[in-house]
Amino acid sequence: MSEKEMVNVYILGKKYSVPSSLTIMDAMEYAGYQLTRGCGCRSGFCGACATIYRIKGEKELKVSLACQSKVEDEMYLTQLPFFPGDKQRYDVDELEPTAETIGKFYPEIYSCIGCNSCTNGCPQDLNVMQYIGYSQRGDLEKCAHESFDCLMCGICASRCPAGITHYQVGLLARRLTGKYIAPPSMHLANRVEEIKEGKFDTELEELMNMTTEQLKEAYNSRNIEK
Amino acid sequence: MYTAQMRELIKKVEKTRPERLGVDFPRMTPEEREAVLSEYHPDYSDKGFRNIKVGVNKEAKLPKELADLIEAKSRLEKEKIDLNQIDYDVDVLIIGGGGSGAAAALEAKNNGAEVLIATKLRFGDANTMMAEGGIQAADKEDDSPARHYIDVIGGGHYGNKPELVHALVNDAPGIIHWLESLGVMFDKTEDGTMVTTHGGGTSRKRMHAAADYSGAEIMRTLRDEVHNKGVEVTEFSPAVELLLDSDGKAAGAVLYNLETEEYCVVRAKTVILATGGAGRLHYQGFPTSNHHGATADGLVMGYRAGAELIFADTIQYHPTGVAFPLQIFGALVTEKVRSLGATPINIDGEQFVFPLETRDVEAAAIIRECYGRHKGIKTSTGSLGVWLDTPLIELIHGKGTIEKRLPAMYRQYKRFGIDMGTEPILVYPTLHYQNGGLLINEHGQTKVENLYVVGEAAGGIHGRNRLMGNSLLDILVFGRRAGIHASQKTKDITVKELSLEHVDFYHKSLSENAVQTDRVSPMLLPHYTHGREA
Ligand SMILES: Cc1cc2nc3c(=O)[nH]c(=O)nc-3n(C[C@H](O)[C@H](O)[C@H](O)COP(=O)(O)OP(=O)(O)OC[C@H]3O[C@@H](n4cnc5c(N)ncnc54)[C@H](O)[C@@H]3O)c2cc1C
Ligand code: FES
Repeated sequence: MSEKEMVNVYILGKKYSVPSSLTIMDAMEYAGYQLTRGCGCRSGFCGACATIYRIKGEKELKVSLACQSKVEDEMYLTQLPFFPGDKQRYDVDELEPTAETIGKFYPEIYSCIGCNSCTNGCPQDLNVMQYIGYSQRGDLEKCAHESFDCLMCGICASRCPAGITHYQVGLLARRLTGKYIAPPSMHLANRVEEIKEGKFDTELEELMNMTTEQLKEAYNSRNIEK
Repeated sequence: MYTAQMRELIKKVEKTRPERLGVDFPRMTPEEREAVLSEYHPDYSDKGFRNIKVGVNKEAKLPKELADLIEAKSRLEKEKIDLNQIDYDVDVLIIGGGGSGAAAALEAKNNGAEVLIATKLRFGDANTMMAEGGIQAADKEDDSPARHYIDVIGGGHYGNKPELVHALVNDAPGIIHWLESLGVMFDKTEDGTMVTTHGGGTSRKRMHAAADYSGAEIMRTLRDEVHNKGVEVTEFSPAVELLLDSDGKAAGAVLYNLETEEYCVVRAKTVILATGGAGRLHYQGFPTSNHHGATADGLVMGYRAGAELIFADTIQYHPTGVAFPLQIFGALVTEKVRSLGATPINIDGEQFVFPLETRDVEAAAIIRECYGRHKGIKTSTGSLGVWLDTPLIELIHGKGTIEKRLPAMYRQYKRFGIDMGTEPILVYPTLHYQNGGLLINEHGQTKVENLYVVGEAAGGIHGRNRLMGNSLLDILVFGRRAGIHASQKTKDITVKELSLEHVDFYHKSLSENAVQTDRVSPMLLPHYTHGREA
């Protein structure tokens, strides 16, 4: 990969020559931008860097994460640093894990016209329309798993003719699934009780009072689970 | 995509794979651990450090890049800020919108306090969002907080503050329980048993995960809850200096709007610093796994205000950062990849280290393999790395395991034409975590009255080395503790006149100690040009 090989990119329509090996994000910095918007984790986890682009001469509009994609020659790009999505406020303790709950806060899911623009726009390759479908039917667990890898970048919502904020629907479905549908962890609840009752207090107290030599001994001879 | 030359080398890994499968590589003895650390760990190299000349920890050894920021002037030196013009007047100011800040906010709000979160980028653009592997808690039958305690303190080389370790391990199951009640989707079996794995240096399998989006799942849930509770959040507004009152107690901060380039004044009864780590300082030239805003701002501001640093010379290099491809150089390959069975392999196809030594030891062993024993693999960018034999995971746990349990990792490589289910990947240590920070007690308090520090900016919990999964834990344990304490305390506080005198004082002490500089700090954001000048 030669650093010298250059390509032309058009950032907000303005042309820059940048090394072909760079990501879109790095290319913007190479061009002289100091990023505040459009850059968060730099590793594909936060969704700050959603980018929409078209290669000159092609009809298709493409999307990607600027931190996870290489520049291409003749790329016209813009970022979606913010999207005014709709986030409803709720008290998760008061909800039931049903289609009605989702429908109450986000009734627009029922206006989906099945155009699939959301799915086509997802830089994580999630089946967004499918998970909205699950939410309509009240299959929250499926909605939760299908939407699990969502970075909430907002591209899906920006393309939706029905005004759905898909990523908020997915988030609500996941919280309801995690709280009400997934089986509670009994060993966890028991341990929390034991701690409340002070079961480990003496043992911890002893450890806190040990000398470094004693701790070393305890550490180096500790039994390790296979 | 691998070059033809790299593909040739992969054949050696494939050749030895059947012999290695199911064979345990021995752990190092305590003596061997010491030896590899002192010779190869970057913390042991004098070149990367210098002693600072000012402040509470005068003479202390710090990484050079951090020392430069500590021995620098305030951004406000030449600004005229009217401290009587108060833009926000709140009970609790939380600086930093990562996991620790969010946890603190929820508890403070729950206690009835008026809370403001001020953060540098978007709320959740933070190291918390990026955590992949998981979070520790001793909640299984054969485990206990005491076992967890011993792992933490041994892993930290016995420097940890006992009362902080106690709080960490004893609160841990309660934290998981709290997250479960908020709707965090942990990996569980059908009967609700948590799916847990080992991390480096753990004696029990107590790593809880949500696939390899553990931090994202926690962060987005907490963020949602903070919004639900109506906490005010101001984004793109980093703090550039703490404010004290005329009694020298913490009383707010000056924020800088990155977009309008204006300053604003926050008055608060208590202040919680939750600004996270320092990876973007690129100590000793290492790449980093950290988010864009990890520039040690909290350490700089807190130190100027009189808070004490501890173990700030101990840096965690994650053993497995991406060494290839170039585009994601330095990004993290979660430890969970090794928890699930992948092992480091050298250029000859040989395993050379137990895969789950503590991180400092594992990283040092990889550096030794590359630069001491010259058995690293040269990538097309000229840097060295070792193989991480990921196809082993599929042999051990079945085909499709990687895609199911490590979807983020799988996707990260797939985007660049590498299938880690069938091909090994190339890794090298990356700058990952700041083990130390500003010293706190079990409520998150510093020695500066009404100033709290939580999360990665805090120090003392992990001693000289943090184990995987204990950071997500500590940010929530101490975030919540500080949120509770700081909001309770506001009831007895009346803030006196706001002041920046401590900054003038700091400037004076710079010149008295012959530090001549035109550097300013905090840094706020890194500046990259990717070789444009060259
Ligand atoms: C890639 C990666 C993977 C990890 N994996 C794990 C894991 O599996 N398990 C584990 O336990 N730990 C893991 N860690 C470590 C852990 O995620 C972090 O240490 C922890 O989340 C830090 O939380 P925090 O709230 O202290 O800081 P952060 O989450 O980083 O939040 C700090 C916030 O403060 C903001 N900020 C910074 N400066 C200012 C300022 N001047 N003014 C206002 N705001 C400011 C930042 O922008 C950020 O939003 C990982 C870390 C990384 C980077
Ligand atoms: S910057 Fe976070 S996903 Fe790209």
